Amino acid sequence: MTKIDIIQNVCEKLGFSKKDSADIVESLFDIIKDSLAKGERVKISGFGNFMVKEKRARRGRNPQTGQEISITARRVLTFKSSQVLRKALN
Amino acid sequence: MTKNDLIKRLQEELKTYSLKDVNYAVEIIFDSMTDAIKRGERIELRGFGSFVVRERKPRMGRNPKSGAEVKLQERKVPFFKTGKELRLMVDNKK
Repeated sequence: MTKIDIIQNVCEKLGFSKKDSADIVESLFDIIKDSLAKGERVKISGFGNFMVKEKRARRGRNPQTGQEISITARRVLTFKSSQVLRKALN
Repeated sequence: MTKNDLIKRLQEELKTYSLKDVNYAVEIIFDSMTDAIKRGERIELRGFGSFVVRERKPRMGRNPKSGAEVKLQERKVPFFKTGKELRLMVDNKK
């Protein structure tokens, strides 16, 4: 499934034009991206939560060569799926 | 930010639609994504990331409270991999 399939769904079920449906889908993901970039948490009930986590700097290793490298402190995005979704999958 | 906040923000941005329509559209979007995940389908959203269903092997686990061993069945879990654009946006150092 790609964005096009989601747009198609909105278009069919809501009766909006392809362009309008595409605008809505694009804007929705843009808003989510912007708030995650600000470090905000995004909670979608029934789907899951997106959270930004701070990672401290650490020593890592190149798994291929075994060479030690330093990994700088960074912020990463994590997704925790909703219990409802996980239950439905099993 | 919750789904409701997203809907409000989205409506403010796309003033031409009523809150009811935007609400319905957002429901359709997440419902179609949930349905795809339930079917075991992969979702790929450019610039955002991708969702895949991963299989977890059965294993012996432990109840962290009582310490009792429990058998965990094989199960499927949704997994999200952040896309490059979003990964850089979140880490905003670059």
